[in-house]
Amino acid sequence: MKDDTTMDGSLPEEATVESTSIEQVRAQLRKATGPRYWRSLEELASTERFQNLLEREFPSLLPIDGLSKAPVERRRFLQLMGASLALAGLNGCTIQPDERIVPYVKQPEQLIPGKPLYFASAHALVGGYARGILVESHMGRPTKIEGNPDHPASGGTSDLFTQASILDLYDPDRAQTPQNLTRIRSWGAFGDEMEAQLAAQQPLGGSGIRFLTESTTSPTLARQMREFLARFPQARWDRYDGAHRNGLREGTRAAFGRRAEFYFDLSRADVVLTLDSDFLTQGPAALVYARAFADRRRVVDDGTSMNRMYCVESSPTATSTTADHRMNLKPQQVDAFALHVARALGVPGPAPSVDLPEAAIKLADEVAHDLTQARGRCVVTCGDQTSADLQVLVHAMNEQLGNLGTTVQLIDPVEVDPQDQAASLTLLVEEMRRGDVDLLIMLGGNPVFTAPGELRFRQAMEKVETRVHLSQSFDETSEYCQWHLPESHYLESWSDVRAFDGTTSITQPLISPLYDTHNVHEFMELIAGDPQPDGHDIVRATWQATTDRDWRRSLHDGVVADTKSAAIAATVSPAAVTQAATNLSRVRSGLTLELRPDTTVYDGRFANNGWLQECPKPLTKLTWDNAALMSPRTAEALGVENFDNVSIKRGTTEVTLPAWILPGHGEDSITLNVGYGRTKTGSVGKGAGFNVNPLATADLSWRIHDVQVTAAGGSHPLACTQDHHSMEGRDIIRSGSLDAYQKNPLHFAHHGHHVDINASLNPGFAYDGLKWGLTIDLTACNGCNACVMACQSENNIPVVGKDQVMRGRELHWIRIDRYFEGDLDQPDMVQQPVICMHCEQAPCEIVCPVSATVHSDEGLNDMVYNRCVGTRYCSNNCPYKVRRFNYYQYADNNTETLKMQRNPDVTVRHRGVMEKCSYCVQRINHARIEAKKDDLPLGDGTVTTACQQACPSQAIAFGDLNDPQAKVAKWQASPLNYGLLEELGTRPRTTYLTRVKNENANLTAGGDHGQEAH
Amino acid sequence: MAKKRTEPDRPIQMRHPIIAEGHTPATVTDQISAVVLTKTPRWWYVGFAVAFSLVMVLFMALAQLFVKGVGIWGLNNPVNWGFAIINFVWWIGIGHAGTLISAILLLLRQNWRNSINRFAEAMTLFAVACAGLFPLIHMGRPWRFYYMLPIPNTFDLWPQFRSPLIWDVFAVTTYALVSALFWYVGLIPDLATLRDRAKNKFAQHAYGILAAGWRGSSRHWHNYEVASMLLAGLATPLVVSVHTVVSFDFAASQLPGWHATIFPPYFVAGAVFAGFAMVITLAVPLRALFGLNDFITLRHLQNMAKVMLATGMVVSYGYAIEIFMAWYSGNGFEQFMITNRIGGPYKYAWFALILCNVLSIQLLWFKRVRKSVPMLFVVAMFVNVGMWLERFVIIVTSLHRDFLPSSWDMYSGTRWDWATYVGTIGLFLALMFLFIRFLPMISIFEMRMILPEADEVKEGKK
Repeated sequence: MKDDTTMDGSLPEEATVESTSIEQVRAQLRKATGPRYWRSLEELASTERFQNLLEREFPSLLPIDGLSKAPVERRRFLQLMGASLALAGLNGCTIQPDERIVPYVKQPEQLIPGKPLYFASAHALVGGYARGILVESHMGRPTKIEGNPDHPASGGTSDLFTQASILDLYDPDRAQTPQNLTRIRSWGAFGDEMEAQLAAQQPLGGSGIRFLTESTTSPTLARQMREFLARFPQARWDRYDGAHRNGLREGTRAAFGRRAEFYFDLSRADVVLTLDSDFLTQGPAALVYARAFADRRRVVDDGTSMNRMYCVESSPTATSTTADHRMNLKPQQVDAFALHVARALGVPGPAPSVDLPEAAIKLADEVAHDLTQARGRCVVTCGDQTSADLQVLVHAMNEQLGNLGTTVQLIDPVEVDPQDQAASLTLLVEEMRRGDVDLLIMLGGNPVFTAPGELRFRQAMEKVETRVHLSQSFDETSEYCQWHLPESHYLESWSDVRAFDGTTSITQPLISPLYDTHNVHEFMELIAGDPQPDGHDIVRATWQATTDRDWRRSLHDGVVADTKSAAIAATVSPAAVTQAATNLSRVRSGLTLELRPDTTVYDGRFANNGWLQECPKPLTKLTWDNAALMSPRTAEALGVENFDNVSIKRGTTEVTLPAWILPGHGEDSITLNVGYGRTKTGSVGKGAGFNVNPLATADLSWRIHDVQVTAAGGSHPLACTQDHHSMEGRDIIRSGSLDAYQKNPLHFAHHGHHVDINASLNPGFAYDGLKWGLTIDLTACNGCNACVMACQSENNIPVVGKDQVMRGRELHWIRIDRYFEGDLDQPDMVQQPVICMHCEQAPCEIVCPVSATVHSDEGLNDMVYNRCVGTRYCSNNCPYKVRRFNYYQYADNNTETLKMQRNPDVTVRHRGVMEKCSYCVQRINHARIEAKKDDLPLGDGTVTTACQQACPSQAIAFGDLNDPQAKVAKWQASPLNYGLLEELGTRPRTTYLTRVKNENANLTAGGDHGQEAH
Repeated sequence: MAKKRTEPDRPIQMRHPIIAEGHTPATVTDQISAVVLTKTPRWWYVGFAVAFSLVMVLFMALAQLFVKGVGIWGLNNPVNWGFAIINFVWWIGIGHAGTLISAILLLLRQNWRNSINRFAEAMTLFAVACAGLFPLIHMGRPWRFYYMLPIPNTFDLWPQFRSPLIWDVFAVTTYALVSALFWYVGLIPDLATLRDRAKNKFAQHAYGILAAGWRGSSRHWHNYEVASMLLAGLATPLVVSVHTVVSFDFAASQLPGWHATIFPPYFVAGAVFAGFAMVITLAVPLRALFGLNDFITLRHLQNMAKVMLATGMVVSYGYAIEIFMAWYSGNGFEQFMITNRIGGPYKYAWFALILCNVLSIQLLWFKRVRKSVPMLFVVAMFVNVGMWLERFVIIVTSLHRDFLPSSWDMYSGTRWDWATYVGTIGLFLALMFLFIRFLPMISIFEMRMILPEADEVKEGKK
C-alpha cells in the first residue's frame, strides 16, 4: 500500500526536504487529500515559497522557457487544484443529473433524507455485454449496486466486478481533466485540435485515421461510428480487448461460416461437459448460467434428479469446484480429450495423437456415453480463452448431439461489427509502423499495457503523429499519447448496451460527472463538431423511434422491451471441423503457458480498485499479486516452491514472477494471469504483481508454446488469505453422492455425527417473534466471490493492503474457504463460504468483558461498536474465526470521494474495535420499519442479505426460522442441513447444506457408488 | 550487646543459619540502613541508567502504540493475543512469590523469610505494576478502559460479569492493593528507623511523613502486629486466587489447549515457581553487591531452591497431564493441539520450555547444586525464561491452529512487541533500583527479631 495513513495505519514518512521549493510544495500536495487541499493551499499561499510557485505557474508572469523547465510540476499542481475544486463542490453531496431519471422501485416526490432510491441501469464489462443493475442512491450518491431482476443477464444477481465497479467511480486517482502533453487543457481546445486534424484528413477520406476500441454492443456507438466512417470512408475502426474472446468469436465463425453468437439454456441440460472453461463465473452470461446450473442441482428443494457436470481442464477454474467429475490434464491433453469425445460421438476427424492417460480415456468414453444418452439435453462448452479450433470442435459436438436450437441457441452477433481482433490489431500495428496512421484515437482500453508483447504496440504507436486516448484513468497508454481525455464512469453517463441474448438496456447516469469528463458517445459527438455534447440527447437520438412513454418505461425497467435477438439456424461446416481437428491433434512439446484474465483485476482495468485487489482469488486465495500457477509436480521439476521466482522466456522476452503451487493444475503448464504489473496506475495498484503481457503472441492465443521456464533465484512475498489447504480430516465440508442420499436421506449428512445439539437442561430462550437464520447450499456455491464484494460494498468494509493481508488481518466479513482433498495430482476442490454463525450459544458473547457483543431477541449476535474496547477475547474464543479486528485505523476517513461511497446505514468502524457479519442488520431494520408502517408481517424474502442478493447461483437462503414456509426454515429442516463444528455445542444459526455430487456410477472408484457424506 | 553467643546450642543452628553469626540488633540496623543512608555507589548509577533507558524504550513503544494502534504488534486474526498477554501472565506470576513469602510464610512462622520478604514484596508490587500495564495497553481502545470497571452510569451499563477478563480486573486490582498495603505497613517501623538515622533534612522529612508518626511504643507494636496478621490473612487466599483467575482467562474459553481443568492449580504452581526463580535472580546479585551475605544466607537460597523444585515438579506434572488428557479425552481437536504443540512449527518453543522448566530444575535435587550460588542463579534464569516460554506456548500454539484449518496462521512478535517487553523489564529494574536505594531492602526490625537476643527476650518474659 502506498497510502500509508489510510491503508496500513502507519504514519507517512516526513516529506524529505528537497532543495527546490517546488518539490516541497509537491510533497505537501501529494500528502493532502480531499478538503485538506484547500487548507494546504491556503497555508501554502501565505508562504513566500507558494508565491514563487504561483508566479511560475502562470504563463503571463513568466517567460515562455520557464514553463518547459517544470512541466510536470505544473501539471501536477493544476491537477490537484482541479481535484480540490471538484471535491470542494462535492461536500454538499447533492449533485443531481440535469436529465430526468426515473426511479425504479420507489417514486417519491422528492428525495427523502435517509431513504435510498433505486435506479435501473446496466454495467458492461466482458466484451461490452450488459448486465442489468439496480443502483442504490442515497441523496444523489450511488452507494451500492445490485442486479436487476428484470434483466436477462442478471436475474437480480451480480458478480464481483459489477459490485466493485462502484468503487471506481469514487477512485481519487481517476483522470479529472483533459491533458495535452501533460498540460491541462479544456475539452474545447481538444475539440479545436480535432477539427483541424479532421479537416486535414477530409481530402484524404480519413485514410490516416484509425480508431481502436474494445468490443462494444452499444447501438449508439455503432451509429456514431457509422456516421463517422461515412464521413471518412478511408478511416478504419479496429478492435482489441485486453481480455479478448477471439478464439470463441473466430471459432464460431469458422464453424458456421458466418458471424454468429450463441448461448446456452442450462435449464434443459442434463449433462454438461466443460473443456478449460470457467463459464459459471466468467463471460457475459455467467450469472444466468450459474443460476440455471444451480437450479438443476437443488436437491434440497425437490431434488431427486440432478444435472451432471464433467470438467476437464489444465488450469483450474472456480466452475470445476462444482463439477461432479473433474480431471486436470496437460493443455495438449485437454484438446486430445476433446478429440476423443468428439470421435466417440461420431464427429469426423483424425484420432488424437497425444497420449491420454488411461483414466482420461475412460472418462472420455463415459462422458461420450452420458452425452449420447442425453441427446438434445446436454451442453459441451469450452472456455473463452480456448483456441478457435477447439471452439469449432465443440460446436460440432453440440450439433452432433442435437443441442443446437435446444440447449444451445444461435443468434446474430450482438457485438457491433465483430472482427478478428488478431488480424485487426496486427494490421493496425503494421500500418502504424509504416507511418500510415496520422491520427490514432483510442476509446477506452489500455492497449500499451494489454497488447501482446510480440506486437510491440507501443513502439509502433509512437510512430503515429497524433495519438488520442480516452480513459477513466491516466494509464500506460495515456502516457504515450499527446492527448489524454478523461472518461466518465458508467454511473455518470448515458449509453445503451446489449446483453448476451441481444436484450438492450439504457444506461442512465446516477450522478453528474464528478470531474470534467465525457463518455465515449459525447467524445464522438465532440469530434464530430458539437462543442457541447449532451449524452442524453445522443442516446435518445439513437432511439428516436421510441415514444417518450416507452423510453421512460425502458429506463424504469432497465431493459428495452422486445429487443431480445431471435434464434437463427446454422450448420457446422464439416470442412472446418476436419481442419480444426487436424490442428488440434498437432503435437507440441515442452512447457505451455496458459494466460488468463485475472479473476479479480480482470485485464488490469481494476488494478486501482482496492476491493478487487484484496479479494482473495478463487482457488489460490492470493491477493494483491499474480503468480506463476503450477502443479506440485511441475514445481518439483523446476525445483521451486511457493514464493520462489521463476523466469519465463519466450524468445528474448523474459518475465520473472513468483511461483505458486496449485494442486489440481495440469502438468507441464503454467497459468499466468494478465492484468498485473501495471506501471502507470493509481496509488492502490502501483507495484502490484507482474506484467505477463510481454509473453503474449501476436495471434492473440491465450496458450503460449515454446517457452523456457527456469528457477530464477530469489523470492517475492505473496499475500495469501488461506495458508492451509487440507481439512485435516475434520468434519468441515460434508459431501456425498446423490445415490447415497436417495438411498438413505436421513442418514446421509449425519452419518457418524449424531449429535443432539439442542440437548440441554436449560430450556433456552423462546423466540416468540422473529428468529433469523441463514443457510448456504454447498452444492450450489462455486466460490465466485460475488458475495464477498457485495458484503464489502454494503458494510463499508475497508481495504487493509497487502502488508496487512500478509499479517493475517484482512477484514472481509465473508470468506470463502477452499480445501483440497484426495490425491495431490488429481485433487477434489471444495469451497465453503464462512460468515458469522450467530451461534445460539455464542462463545464470543460470554467472554466479552463489556457486553459489546450480545444476543438480540431475534437471535442475532450483535456487535456494539461503541461499546467495544478491543480485548479481542471474542475472536480468540470464536471457533470459526469470523471476527475481524481493526488493528489500525483502516477505514479511510480522509478521502472525500471514498466517503461518498459509504453506506450511510452502516457504522464506519474505528481503530481498535472488533467487527463481523451482522446478517445485514441494517437491512433487517429497514424492512421491519417498512413492514410496521404497512402493518404487515415480515414475509419471507422481504429481507435479503447483501451476499444472498448478489449470489449468482442463489446458494444462500436467509429468513425467519419461525416461519415454516420460509425457504431458510425449509432448508434447515432438510436432512442435508448441518452446522459447522456443531459438536462444540455452539448451535450455529448459519448452517450448510451438504454438498451433493451426482457422480457417474461407472466412474466412482471400483464401481463402489452410493458414497455417504463424509 | 557485644558478641557473646557463639555456641551452636539451638536446633536451628544445626542447619545453615538464617542470619550469620555475631550480629547484634545494632549491627543489623547499621548494616541495612547504611545501604540507604550512605553515599550512592557508582554501580547504582550505571545500573539505574541502563534500567531507566529501558523505561524510555517502554515509553517510546507505548507512544507508538497509542498513536497507531495494536497493529504495531505481531497479532493477527487467529492469534489475537500475543506478547501483551504472555507478558501479563509472566509478570503476574512472578509477583506471587512475594505474597507467598510475606503472607503464607508469615502465618506459618517461617522466620527465615524475614530477610527476603521485604524485597520479595517489593518485587511483587513492581511485577504487578508491569503486569497491570499490559491488560490496559493490549486493548484496541485503551482510552475506554473504564468500561471494564463497575462505575454507575446513566446508561445502566455494567461490565459483563460472566467474562473472565472482568474477574481479572477484580483479582488484579485487589492483588495490587493488598500487596501495596502489606508492603507499606511492613515498612513503617523501618521508615521510622531511617527517619531517626537520616542526616539530611529532606530525607528526615520524607521518611518522617512516610513513617506516619511511628514511635515504637508497645501500642504501636501491638497495632502493627494485628494489622500485619490481618493483611497476611487477606493476602493468603490471593496467592491462590489471583493466578487461578488469570488461568480462567484461558480455561473458561473453549479453545483446545486453553480449555483445561488443570489450569488453576497448574498456573498457581507455575506462578510460585516463577516467583521464587525471580527472587533468587534478584537476591544473588543484591547480597553480593551490598555485602548482605550475612542476612541472605545460603539457607535462604536453599529453601527457595526447594520451593522451586517442588512447584516446578507440579508444573511438570501439569505438562504431562495436558498430554495425557488430550489422548484420554479422545477429542481430535485436543489431540491435534498437542501434536501441533510438540511437533508443529512452534516445536522449538515447546522443547525449550521443557528444557527450562522440567529438565533444568532436576539439578536442584542435588545438594551440591543447591549450595552453589552461581548454579542456583543459572537455574533460576532458566526458569525465568521457561515460564515466559510456557505462556508463549499456551497462548500462541493453541490459537494459531484451532478448529478450522482455513484460518490457521503464524505469529511472531515485532520489534515493538519486544520493545514493550524489554521496556517493562526496564521499568521493573528501575523501580527495583529506586527501591534498594531509598528504602531498606531487608526488614530491619524483623531481622532484629530473629537474632538470638530476641529469643532471649522472649524467653525472659516467659
